[in-house]
Amino acid sequence: MAQTIVFLVLAAIILGCGIMAVTTKRIMRAATYLMFVLFGTAGLYFLMGYTFLGSVQVMVYAGGVVVLYIFALMLTGRQDKKENHSVSLAKKFAALLAALYGAGLFMFAIISHRFAENILTPPSEQTASVKVLGEQLLSSGRFGYLLPFEIVSILLLACIIGSLIIARKR
Amino acid sequence: MDRLNDIINIVSAIHVDMTWFLILSALMMFIGIYGFLTRRNTLAILISIELMLNAADINFAAFNRLLFPDGQEGYIFTLFSIAISAAETAIAIAVMINIYRNLKNNFVGNLDKLKW
Amino acid sequence: MEYTILILLLPFISFLFLGLAGKWLSHRTSGLIGTTVLAVITILSYCTAYEYFTADRCADGAYATLVPYNMTWLPLGHLNFDLGILLDPISVMMLIVITTVSLMVHIYSFGYMRGEKGFQRYYAFLSLFTMSMLGLVVATNIFQMYLFWELVGVSSYLLIGFYYTLPAAVAASKKAFIVTRFADLGFLVGILIFGYYTGSFSFDFVSNLQMAEGTTPFIPCGIDKAVAAGGFILPTALTLMFIGGAGKSAMFPLHIWLPDAMEGPTPVSALIHAATMVVAGVYQVARLFPLWVTYAQDWMPVIIWVGVFTAFYAASVACAQSDIKRVLAFSTISQIAFMMVALGVCTEITTGHEHAGSIGYMASMFHLFTHAMFKACLFLGAGCIIHAVHSNEMEAMGGLRKYLPVTHATFLISCLAISGIPFFSGFSSKDEIISACMAYSPAVGYIMTAIAAMTAFYMFRLYYGIFWGTENKALHEKHTPHEESIMTAPLVVLSIITVGVGVYTTLAGFGLFEGYSFGSLISADGHDYRIHFDLSVASLSTVIAICSIALATYIFKGETQPVADRMYAAAPQLHRWAYKRFYMDEVYQFITHRIIFAYVSRPIAWFDRHVIDGFFNFLAWGTHSLSYNIRTLQSGRVQQYALVFLLGILILILMII
Repeated sequence: MAQTIVFLVLAAIILGCGIMAVTTKRIMRAATYLMFVLFGTAGLYFLMGYTFLGSVQVMVYAGGVVVLYIFALMLTGRQDKKENHSVSLAKKFAALLAALYGAGLFMFAIISHRFAENILTPPSEQTASVKVLGEQLLSSGRFGYLLPFEIVSILLLACIIGSLIIARKR
Repeated sequence: MDRLNDIINIVSAIHVDMTWFLILSALMMFIGIYGFLTRRNTLAILISIELMLNAADINFAAFNRLLFPDGQEGYIFTLFSIAISAAETAIAIAVMINIYRNLKNNFVGNLDKLKW
Repeated sequence: MEYTILILLLPFISFLFLGLAGKWLSHRTSGLIGTTVLAVITILSYCTAYEYFTADRCADGAYATLVPYNMTWLPLGHLNFDLGILLDPISVMMLIVITTVSLMVHIYSFGYMRGEKGFQRYYAFLSLFTMSMLGLVVATNIFQMYLFWELVGVSSYLLIGFYYTLPAAVAASKKAFIVTRFADLGFLVGILIFGYYTGSFSFDFVSNLQMAEGTTPFIPCGIDKAVAAGGFILPTALTLMFIGGAGKSAMFPLHIWLPDAMEGPTPVSALIHAATMVVAGVYQVARLFPLWVTYAQDWMPVIIWVGVFTAFYAASVACAQSDIKRVLAFSTISQIAFMMVALGVCTEITTGHEHAGSIGYMASMFHLFTHAMFKACLFLGAGCIIHAVHSNEMEAMGGLRKYLPVTHATFLISCLAISGIPFFSGFSSKDEIISACMAYSPAVGYIMTAIAAMTAFYMFRLYYGIFWGTENKALHEKHTPHEESIMTAPLVVLSIITVGVGVYTTLAGFGLFEGYSFGSLISADGHDYRIHFDLSVASLSTVIAICSIALATYIFKGETQPVADRMYAAAPQLHRWAYKRFYMDEVYQFITHRIIFAYVSRPIAWFDRHVIDGFFNFLAWGTHSLSYNIRTLQSGRVQQYALVFLLGILILILMII
């Protein structure tokens, strides 16, 4: 009951803020709405019992990525409080139709498949614990993710260097 | 009070299951797609992409719970996805700052110097 | 005699060197190089001739045919293209003629071309021409002959167009090239027919006259039936080749290029368009003569009557021309026609006094030899005159004998030679030709005698017009005509040859001493043949020549020319027709422009422009408009791509679920 209410509230926040984020004229507001969407998503993770994932979401996404957006907006700021190069109404309408058609198609597929299983019961201690997760991430065994982990770390390193090089002043 | 009771009754009649998560993520996905198709500002397009990525992440987590309640695969994939989207955002924003330096704006319609 | 290959290689090297390095050489150096090389090959040719004519003969007393050098240039299975050197009496004779005249022209050009722009280029082209012409005469097979035949055509083209800044020279060079190329098409087709059916290009005819294996069935195969097949195939091939020869030798319908070719430098006219290249057609017929006489005798009247008509036509035109080089050009055409006729009337190959039918061959080659010498002398003399008065027109001349004594003397000697006065070389050779014609048919003989009389008339008209008559004092006061020794020396050499050969052969011909004469060296079958004049023919032609000269003297010698003026007044139309060369150029112009261009070329051009081009224009237009329309698909707008992509994906999903 309480979970249902929480889910509905989160869903409302996510969808409402998502729609606002893609329709608002002001880019700063769009970034802010995105932040609410990301918080909502983190809430969903918490609701499913994936507390570590939720906190990563909050830290990396809502904390890091959105801050990056805000900074970028401030750096490139002046020109466009509003989008003066807006798309034509016809194109907007075409995109809306495509999106609605796709969403309808997906919902039809999902509902007709009947996933009637409750996934809101908290998971077992063992699966959700950070200790197990950490061991699995750093193990090279059968369910180990050491190699992807290292690759991702190299990727992040490369990204740091790359973005520094791209964005530096010449 | 009657109305509140009615609402409580309706809500308690709803069973939030897998389907709800999937529908939510599908809607979120298409909101992102709509934004991707209609925005002209590169930053706004990037925001739409983040929406789509998040929808996918929700699906990862939900399916992990559904199919492997004792496993970690979807969980770890979501972590990687977050890491990669962070990396992608960093690069994309660096590129946009550079574009801004050259063009003094960020609209995709102006990014046609490589066409000719 | 392997050194004969040097006769071809040295001028070629000289051509390459002068052509490539001429830019960095002074005029003097490049001229000296060209002349030295030519002197060397002249000496080599004389050595070759001496060695050849004194070498051992065949068992039956005929001159052997030597092939000192031969290589397969392009092997094509059983049919090969060979390059090599073939020595027989006529090719050795031609070696001497070409190198002698060419050497004279090289020396003469020092004076004539002094200070001209492109002096080095001139000598390079002269070397190229000499090499090509020598290669033509020593060819071992028809194909090699054709190869060098085209090379002489090219060098002729290059030299006629030497003054390429003058439109007239450019037009003349193009005309010469196109007309001769057109004729050479006949030659090429003839060669191909010949090579296809006989399986050989070689001049070694008799052993190769067997039909090639596997030829088309309507041609009977085998040695016995070769002649039967030849009854149709070989005359066709030979006649086609004769068309090529007629083009090169300026026979009647194809003669139009030669008068215009006089736009080139005068020494070039002397070398190429009087002495050597234009007789290539005669040489070709002589080379193929065994074939003609054995397999195509029925077709030989073609040669005779083309020759007779050309001789008459050219002589009559020459009577009315005022440009001295044009007179000489038409005289050349006429004289070459004499050689052709002489070949045509030759009906057998066996030599001997009871075989009067074979005189023509010897007479033709003899006349080729003497004509080369005296006509080169005439042309070079004309060059001296033009050099002195800076004009080609007879009006600018007259009374020049005071200013140009050496030129005058040599010119007179050459005129006497071409007129056929005894003790000059032309007498001996022309008399042999007329004898041969008489033996063939008295009609042809008398016609040729009449044309010989015309020759004497127009040559002396020219002579008197230049050296006697009214002097153009106004012109000569500004610029006194004079002559240079480097230009007169070749004239003297050539006139000495003319007189020497004339005196020797005349005396030998009248049987005064039993020495060799020209007939001993060159005859149809390689055997000795002693020239003996037929007294009636000789005296008749001599008397007629003297009469013509007297007539010309009577009409043209004086300061004023009342007789000539009266003749013009009597038949102005005839004079204008002759002066305009009987409007042959206009006929060509009419045929090519009004008929071929209008009714053949223009529809073809229309078809090409509208149908062929139109089809491809349509393709281009279609592609262009299609791409113009579909280019919005490639707008470069990522969002548009994304929309299309999304719709595609959704349609696919719809099909799956």
